[in-house]
Amino acid sequence: MLKNTLFSKKEARLYMAFMHVTFASLLIGGLMGLLQTLSRSGQFKLPFGINYYTILTVHGVILGLVLTTFFIVGFQFALMGKTVGISDKQRQWGWIAFWTMLIGTIIAAATILVGQANVLYTFYAPLRAHAAFYIGLALVIVGSWIAVFVNFRQLYVWKKANPGQKSPLLAFMVTINMAMWFIASLGVATSVLIQFIPWSLGYAATINVLLSRTLFWYFGHPLVYFWLLPAYMAWYAIIPKIIGGKLFSDSLARMSFILLLMFSIPVGFHHQLTEPGIDPTWKFIQVVLTFMVVIPTLMTAFSIFATFETTGRRKGHKGLFGWFKHLPWKDVRFLAPFIGMVAFIPGGAGGIVNASHQMNTLIHNTIWVTGHFHLTVATTVILTFFGIAYWLVPHLTGRRLTPKLNKLGIIQTIIWTVGMTIMSTSMHIQGLLGGPRRSDFSNYAGGEQVSTWISYQVAQAVGGTILFIGIILMIYIFIQLAFFAPRGVQEFPIAEEEVDADPTPKILENWYLWIGITIALILFAYTIPVIDIIKHSPPGSLPFDWPIGR
Amino acid sequence: MHLHKYEKIWLTFGLGSLALFLVIIGFAAFWKGTHPMSHIETIDPQNVEAHESFKPENLGLREVAQGKYTVNIVASAFNYDIGTDADGKPVKKIRVPKGSTVLFQITTKDVVHGFQVAGTNVNMMVEPGHVSRLETVMKNAGEFTVVCNEYCGIGHHQMFATVEVYE
Repeated sequence: MLKNTLFSKKEARLYMAFMHVTFASLLIGGLMGLLQTLSRSGQFKLPFGINYYTILTVHGVILGLVLTTFFIVGFQFALMGKTVGISDKQRQWGWIAFWTMLIGTIIAAATILVGQANVLYTFYAPLRAHAAFYIGLALVIVGSWIAVFVNFRQLYVWKKANPGQKSPLLAFMVTINMAMWFIASLGVATSVLIQFIPWSLGYAATINVLLSRTLFWYFGHPLVYFWLLPAYMAWYAIIPKIIGGKLFSDSLARMSFILLLMFSIPVGFHHQLTEPGIDPTWKFIQVVLTFMVVIPTLMTAFSIFATFETTGRRKGHKGLFGWFKHLPWKDVRFLAPFIGMVAFIPGGAGGIVNASHQMNTLIHNTIWVTGHFHLTVATTVILTFFGIAYWLVPHLTGRRLTPKLNKLGIIQTIIWTVGMTIMSTSMHIQGLLGGPRRSDFSNYAGGEQVSTWISYQVAQAVGGTILFIGIILMIYIFIQLAFFAPRGVQEFPIAEEEVDADPTPKILENWYLWIGITIALILFAYTIPVIDIIKHSPPGSLPFDWPIGR
Repeated sequence: MHLHKYEKIWLTFGLGSLALFLVIIGFAAFWKGTHPMSHIETIDPQNVEAHESFKPENLGLREVAQGKYTVNIVASAFNYDIGTDADGKPVKKIRVPKGSTVLFQITTKDVVHGFQVAGTNVNMMVEPGHVSRLETVMKNAGEFTVVCNEYCGIGHHQMFATVEVYE
């Protein structure tokens, strides 16, 4: 059923377009990251009067919103194309999605670069950026929604053509991720369209700050799951094939995705634990819901390592850890995602600290949080994305991952791991000592406390520099795979089920049920607090332009 | 759905730890009363002086009872207004004896700020239209830097104060 032939030229061109934007973003956003760590070390001043917060905004928007969204939409299109196919009309809509997102990105990026939007990627009111910034972001989201509906349509058409059959696992996973993305981004879209755009254009005098923040974080946490789920897709359904094994359990994989859908959205308050204006009981309820994602996460961890062990033993590797020693460590398509999985252990543990009702107070808004998401997103997710790119890009361009490029990839992975270990560890420690996040270099009162922070900031500059070398190498590998590697066929690895696998229960594909439960949970977690926020709202906030240098 | 035997053990262990974590957090929250800062009191951000605590003459440190203090602060980009000293100069440092109970009350006139006494659990978001309030016992002596830990504009990193806890 799974074809491993190359895509048609027309189809491949669409998917590659997303990859080009992804890697261009990596270079721009990574350069900004390098400048930040250097600037924060206190040893280096930004040239040409560039403001620290301008590059910080570019870094966050380009890497957090643009790179991730483009990679995910492109990768998911490729997965759908491979498993359920894409029609000519759907492909055309895919291009409309691409251009809408790209135009939005360019508008937002230009606004930031001319200094009209130093508001960071969270754009908290009542700091007011130029209206073009919000309009650009809205277009990125609208473009991604087009992709959402193309993906839904693809599965629907396939279902019609294959009545009674269960959908391909990867197509199912893409649909879950897109359903989650759509439900979650309704929050930020509401805030941008109803609150920010009229207010930034002067049609509304004031803005409800707490409401805008609540709508933002309703979206902001599912956003990180939107990044993570494509990595999970690769771990569940692609890595097993790369190591020469089979899918561990189709039903288990679907179950964990359903649980992630349900528990990723009604949890936004754990980002708002230290805010006034939200009742502590409701904060607590969302903390409990946040913790529920522990279940699918542990299921994922189990099934991945179970696949590793089963595969190794089947190949005849003996002893308690023989199977582990014989994993394909020299295959970058395996090594990069594997290191990502390892980084998810401390990353996930740190996340539990962040989400905890009381422990959060110690680390809220310290650079610990930055360290946390550089482990989870910038290591776990990104290394898995790199691992995907090593086979996806040559597959799309009709080239091969040569042994030489594979070796460079391994070096890249090691550089990334070393750089991120240094940077993220020093961020975590500095955060525990109270060092704030998203601040330019400052020795504040010059006290003893501050001097301990600055030494960790120097360590972050060292880590940041190593990471930037890794980025340059990754860009080089990408260009090789896209344009210069020898022609050939690179496998699109999709794992198959065991021959004697138990049938997947039909209920797992009951979309009405799972989306219904998700909506019920969201209504439970948000209805009363949001009514509270609106009913007890203070006089609205006027816009502020001067604090961001406009 | 078929679950492998080891998977069942693993999930039982996982669910057990999850339950344990939640019981601990719930116990601390509802029996011990250690909720994170939360306060449903609103204020007009354009007229914070209308509130008794934030009149210019009421800003800063005040001893309200033996060993009990209140600190009233108005945040604005890029400054914490903690009142003035006898010479009319702005106060940048608060001094309290070790072991005293301090109630921090803070609001903002303009954008969102943070208020963190670094190295302690005093960590609050300060949002326009709301009063943020947190009472704590200063158990450790030393000099603590107060930092604005939420981005409030291009002078964000110049916004700070000091809390000194003396023996």
